[in-house]
Amino acid sequence: MADPILTLNKINKVYNPGEASEVAVLHDVDLKMTKGEFVAIMGPSGSGKSTLLNIIGLLDRPTSGSLSINGQDTSGLEDAELTHLRGHKIGFVFQYHYLISAFTALENVMMPMLVDHGFQTEKAEQRAKELIDRVGLSHVAHHRSNDMSGGQQQRVAIARGLAMNPDILLADEPTGNLDTESAKSVFNLLREVNRTSETSILFITHNHDLGRQCDRIIQVVDGRIVS
Amino acid sequence: MKRWLPFEWIVAIRFLLEGKLQSIFIIVGISIGVGVIVFMSAMLTGLQANFIKRVLTSQAHIQILPPDQLARPQRHGVQEIEDPIIQRPSQRLVSVDQWQKIRRQLEAMPEISVVAPTAAGSALAKRGDASRAITLNGVEPETYFLVVHVPDYLVQGQARLLSDDILIGVELAKDLGANVGDKLNVTTSNGGARTLTIIGLLDFGNKGANSRSTFVSLRTAQSLLGMLGGVATIDLSLKDIYAAEDIAQNIQSANDVIADSWIKTNAQFFTAIRAQNLTNMLIRVFVGLSVAFGIAAVLVVSVIQRSRDIGILRAMGTSRGQIMRLFLIQGGVLGFFGSLAGSALGGFALIYWHAAARQADGTELFPLVIEFQLFVWTAVLATFTGLMAAMAPALRAAKLDPVVAIRG
Repeated sequence: MADPILTLNKINKVYNPGEASEVAVLHDVDLKMTKGEFVAIMGPSGSGKSTLLNIIGLLDRPTSGSLSINGQDTSGLEDAELTHLRGHKIGFVFQYHYLISAFTALENVMMPMLVDHGFQTEKAEQRAKELIDRVGLSHVAHHRSNDMSGGQQQRVAIARGLAMNPDILLADEPTGNLDTESAKSVFNLLREVNRTSETSILFITHNHDLGRQCDRIIQVVDGRIVS
Repeated sequence: MKRWLPFEWIVAIRFLLEGKLQSIFIIVGISIGVGVIVFMSAMLTGLQANFIKRVLTSQAHIQILPPDQLARPQRHGVQEIEDPIIQRPSQRLVSVDQWQKIRRQLEAMPEISVVAPTAAGSALAKRGDASRAITLNGVEPETYFLVVHVPDYLVQGQARLLSDDILIGVELAKDLGANVGDKLNVTTSNGGARTLTIIGLLDFGNKGANSRSTFVSLRTAQSLLGMLGGVATIDLSLKDIYAAEDIAQNIQSANDVIADSWIKTNAQFFTAIRAQNLTNMLIRVFVGLSVAFGIAAVLVVSVIQRSRDIGILRAMGTSRGQIMRLFLIQGGVLGFFGSLAGSALGGFALIYWHAAARQADGTELFPLVIEFQLFVWTAVLATFTGLMAAMAPALRAAKLDPVVAIRG
């Protein structure tokens, strides 16, 4: 069996614990993902998919349970350590592209590499060019997000998510805001990235056709993994 | 993208450039504030320097005088006072006791720049049938003219004081019908009399001073006033004029003399200067505060507008410290560029006002003092104000929960 890249053990998430407005969003979630796997997470709105993705992406902390990424337990880590881990091991693609409008497509892709000063600007630019080329957008590399279509922006967001060559790429409904053709194109890009690299992809979608093309589907209902 | 800039600088500058209108407006706001500070500071410094120059080039910073002569009660045996009513004695013209020793002590003090002994007293100037009461100032020109800039007031003749020379005011010359080169008989109450040659005419810009003040050499005055070898005052010039009162008190406590500082003898003038300085400082503080709040307001709005960008940056591994720094940098950059524009604005306003504002006689209202230091300090202070003003918004940005920020 391939190495586990992600292990969730009895993850619970409760918002406002002990208060009248307490809401339990995730209940004893167990999940394992292996290196290079492409997993779809499906479920109705409000079932806890995005919360689960935020916890896996180390943007949020679970109320209880443990989470390991590539064998490293994240439970006792400080905020700065989680930030470092997030920057090096995890890539994000959101439903809305969320490119930084002050920068061009190329610069947006360079951004994660410049954050911790690990890359020289020249090297970062070289890699960003390769990634922009890989997502087929060399011709708009110097355009700002406002000058690109939704599909193009999402492709740039994927390139940015791959900039640090992450172990896991977390995609939160990246096709949810695109027309059918663009959605298919973005999904195919993710599939191709997954096949040609060792990056595992966790893909939230409501689209059953796309979900079926993933290695497996995890159904989340009312904060629990049901299949 | 600038290759040599660190990440936080790249993002901060791009954020400022993207919100161009917002950045321009706040820089204009800062520059107006900085301009007001530069203009007011330079103008007040010039005005003050002008007033101080006028006051302190016509008098000593400290004047050393002999102590008051006191009458003691007449006693008859121990503790028995014969006549308890004591009348204050008239103050005779006496010399400062051991003035040469005191002079050497004063010359050795590093805070004193010039020590000038004088012998001054009243006399009568006669020419033909006309006579006028005058104040005879006997001075050593090589020292005294550094304390009181007598040559600056010379309108005719030369500022030279040989043993038979006398410098007189223009009003006195007019009253006596005398001119440069004419002889003048000077007599004093103790019988001293000399015929002196008018070597120059002085105009102090004050009718009273012009009709009374005269200057002769120290030895001439000593012989006329009957105080051979003695001096009536020792006039001092200081390196720091505002330390005058402290230095005067030190001199007075160490010697049997009276030491009057210009601060004491011009109490009202000094109070006016202090009030002006206080007002200037208050204006600077309030303008600085309004600039700081302006920067903070713009950055608070920017944090709200950029919350999604902050969330994305946090998701890609940007630390809270980096987020904080990139907003601090924005504050500092706004402050710095605002101060540059403000310094230029203040400088131009100063040059214009200097050219436009004139006194009744057409002379300049204040000397144009443009100190490079003022601009440097203003820039440093405005940048620091920008950084401080950005602190609250920067902390707020750094504390943003990335999940909430991304959700917007």
